[in-house]
Amino acid sequence: MSLRSPLGKVLGAGSAKEGVHHWWVQRLTSIALVPLTIWFVVSLVSLPSFEHVTVLTWMAHTWTALLLILFVLVATWHSQLGVRVVVEDYVHGGAKTLTLVLITFIHAFVAAAGVFAVLKVAFGAAA
Amino acid sequence: MTVYRMFRYTLFTSFANRLTGLAISIGLLVLVYWLMAVAGGAGSYSRALAILALPIFKVLYAGLLFAFSYHLVAGIRHLIWDTAHGMERHQSQRSAWVVGAVSVLITIAFIYWAFCPGAHQS
Repeated sequence: MSLRSPLGKVLGAGSAKEGVHHWWVQRLTSIALVPLTIWFVVSLVSLPSFEHVTVLTWMAHTWTALLLILFVLVATWHSQLGVRVVVEDYVHGGAKTLTLVLITFIHAFVAAAGVFAVLKVAFGAAA
Repeated sequence: MTVYRMFRYTLFTSFANRLTGLAISIGLLVLVYWLMAVAGGAGSYSRALAILALPIFKVLYAGLLFAFSYHLVAGIRHLIWDTAHGMERHQSQRSAWVVGAVSVLITIAFIYWAFCPGAHQS
């Protein structure tokens, strides 16, 4: 049995510097989403129609495709962090872990599907 | 029990920010469904559009526009707080009203733009 106090054991060890990671990424993605979401909503509402050809032409445009991919990735990341905080606050016990696993998987799936869809159209594979 | 008055500007705006955030997360699912449909070709797109153009979805889009506007403005308020500005009680109460008013105005503008007859062909 060590005679060192619990405080003595950790003094000077420093923090892992990971404590603010989620907080920081939530802020970073917030800042990025201000221009990205405004671009997306304005761009979507300004589409002359929602016919397939119109949407394809829009999505296949180089800048649209790039910004759409960024938007999908940053938005799902931000969403994942936000939903995680809500789950951590309101879901308890075993259901909490299960819900966290589920929401992480769903967000990863949504991010991958969004990027895949845009790339497929951008590379001209969607007829 | 009137020890703690339930309605607090900060409490309400924080809760509303979470609710609108969750709503937008649902909106992301719809968005990616739409993107996948576009990538799936003309057939899959027309099938998806038949669902996405239902009246219930139009209500959802209007709701999402509000959720987006609110979350955007409230998020900017949070970012300003992160710089340690505007945290005094009277300031945060005032900014709560500003967030509500500005987000409603943005929503009305967007809904008018998106749904106004004649503004679009479809």
